[in-house]
Amino acid sequence: MKQFRNMALPYIVWSVIMIILPMLLIVMYAFTEKGNDVLTFKVTLNNFIRFFSDPIFLDVLKRSLWVAVITTVMCLLLGYPVAYMIAQTSGRKKVMLVLLITIPMWINMLVRTYAWVGILQDKGLINTILGFFGLGPITLIYTDFAVILGMVYNFIPFMILQIYTSLSKMDKSYLEAASDLGANKLQSFLNITLPLSLPGVLSGITLVFLPAVSSFFIPKMLGGGQYVLIGNVIESQFLTSGNWNFGSAISLIMAVIIMISLYITKKVDKTGQSEGGK
Amino acid sequence: MKHSKKFFSRLYMILVLAFFYLPILYTVVFSFNSGRSLTRFDGFSLRWYEKMFNDSSMMNAIFYTIIIALLATAISTVVGTIAAIGLSNSKKLVRGVMEQVNNLPLTNPDIVTAIGLLMFFSMLGIRKGFTTMLLAHVMFCIPYVMLSVMPKLRSLDPNLADAALDLGATPWQALTKVIVPQIMPGIVSGALVAFTMSFDDFIISYFVTGNGVNNISILVYSMSKRVNPSINALSTLIVLIITVVLVLINVIPLMKERREKKRMAREQEEFSATE
Repeated sequence: MKQFRNMALPYIVWSVIMIILPMLLIVMYAFTEKGNDVLTFKVTLNNFIRFFSDPIFLDVLKRSLWVAVITTVMCLLLGYPVAYMIAQTSGRKKVMLVLLITIPMWINMLVRTYAWVGILQDKGLINTILGFFGLGPITLIYTDFAVILGMVYNFIPFMILQIYTSLSKMDKSYLEAASDLGANKLQSFLNITLPLSLPGVLSGITLVFLPAVSSFFIPKMLGGGQYVLIGNVIESQFLTSGNWNFGSAISLIMAVIIMISLYITKKVDKTGQSEGGK
Repeated sequence: MKHSKKFFSRLYMILVLAFFYLPILYTVVFSFNSGRSLTRFDGFSLRWYEKMFNDSSMMNAIFYTIIIALLATAISTVVGTIAAIGLSNSKKLVRGVMEQVNNLPLTNPDIVTAIGLLMFFSMLGIRKGFTTMLLAHVMFCIPYVMLSVMPKLRSLDPNLADAALDLGATPWQALTKVIVPQIMPGIVSGALVAFTMSFDDFIISYFVTGNGVNNISILVYSMSKRVNPSINALSTLIVLIITVVLVLINVIPLMKERREKKRMAREQEEFSATE
C-alpha cells in the first residue's frame, strides 16, 4: 500500500506550520526581548529572571500549584468511590450511570461554571439552605473554596471515567482467588483492586492536574477579579499589557512544570506495572 | 450491615449526581425567572428568551459557533482521515515522529497552544477573526480525528487493499470502496469528537479571535462579568440541544437493533411459510 504513503505529506507540511512553528515562536519570544527597533531582538534570560525574582509572581505560581494539587486530590478521593460503584453494577444500570457522568462533560464548561455564580452568592441557594438550619450566611463566592469547587466540578468526570475504565478491565477472578485464599474485603481491595486501577488513577490525575494548573476562566468567574492564578497572568500579558516576551516565558515555565509532573506520573505507572507483573 | 452499606453507597451516588446536575437545573429554572436576580425567583416569564433572540451579539455568537464547528469538523475529518491513511502506510520513523507532533496540541495546556497560534497569526499578519478561529479549530480537531481513525486502520488487514489492486481496482477505488468503508466507524466517532471540541472550545478561540467574531463560550465569559440572566436562557438552549442529541445518539442504535431483529424474525417467518 505504498501508493497511499504520499497522502500524509500535506498534513506533515501543515503540522510543521501550524503546530511546530507556533511552539518555536513561544520559545523564541521567551528568550528574547524587544530592542529599540521593531526588528532587533536581543537574546536574554531577563524574562525568566524577572519571574523568579518577583515574590508576587512566585506567590501566584505557588497558589496555582496548591489549587491544582488540592483539586486533583479532591477529584481522586470523591471520584474513586463513584468509579468503583459504577464498575460494581451491570447491564442497563451501568450504561445509564456512565451516560449520566458523561452528559455534563458535553455541556459547555463556561455555562456550567457560570451556574455556580448564582448558587454561591451570599443570598444564593447554599446560604438559603444553611439559613433554614439557622446557620450562615458564609461568604462562598470569590474565595479559594469557590475556585476549587468549580475546578472539581469541571474536571471530576475525567477522573471517574479513567478509573472506571481501568476497573472494568480488571479480571474478577483475581478477587475470587483472593477470597478463596482467605483475604478479607479490605485486603483484597488494597492488594488487588487498588494496584490494578493504578493506571486509571494516574491518567485521571494527569487529566485533572493539567487543566487545573493552567485554568484561567474558573478563577476569574468564581474567584473574582482579584484572584490571580498563573493562567490569568499569561492572559493579561497577552491580552492587556501586551508583553509577549514575558508571557511566553511564563507559559514556558508552566509547560516545563507540567512536563515534569507528566514524567513523574509515567515513572510511577511503570514501577507500578512492573511490580504488578511479578 | 450489608443493607446499610448498600444504602450508603446509593446515597453517595445520589449526592454525586445531585452535585453534577443541580447547577444545570438551577440555570434552567432561573432562565424562566421574571426578575433580574440570580438568587430570588420572582415568577415565571420568558423575557430572557425574548431578550436573547433579539440580542444580535448573542445570535451572532450562536451562528459563528455552529458555522465554525461544522466547517472545522468537515475539514478536519477529511484531512485527518487522509493523513491517517497516509501515515499508517509510512515508514515507522515518520509515523512515530508524527504521532509525537500530533500529541502536542492534546497534551499541551490549551493556553500554551492558544498563545502560540496568536503570535503565529500576528507574525503572518492575518487579521484576527473568522479565518484565524477556523484555522485554529481545524488545527486542534485533526489530532482527535486521527486518534480515532488510527486504531481502525491498524486492525485493518493490509492484504485487503492489495487484493483490490490485484483485482484491477484503481488506487482511488481501493481507497473509497475498500478502505474507507472499513474504517467508517472511526471516522464518524472522530467527527463527533471534533464537533464537540470545536463547539465547546473557549481558551483557544478567546486568544485567536477578534474584530467582533465571538463564539458562545467567549460571549458567556465576557457577559458573566455582570449579572445577565440571558446567559441562563442561552445555557438552557445549549443543555436542551445537547440532551436531545445525546439521547438520539444513544437511542437510535437501540431502535435500529430492534427493527433489525423484527425484520429478521419476519424473514424467518416468510422463509418457513414458503417451505
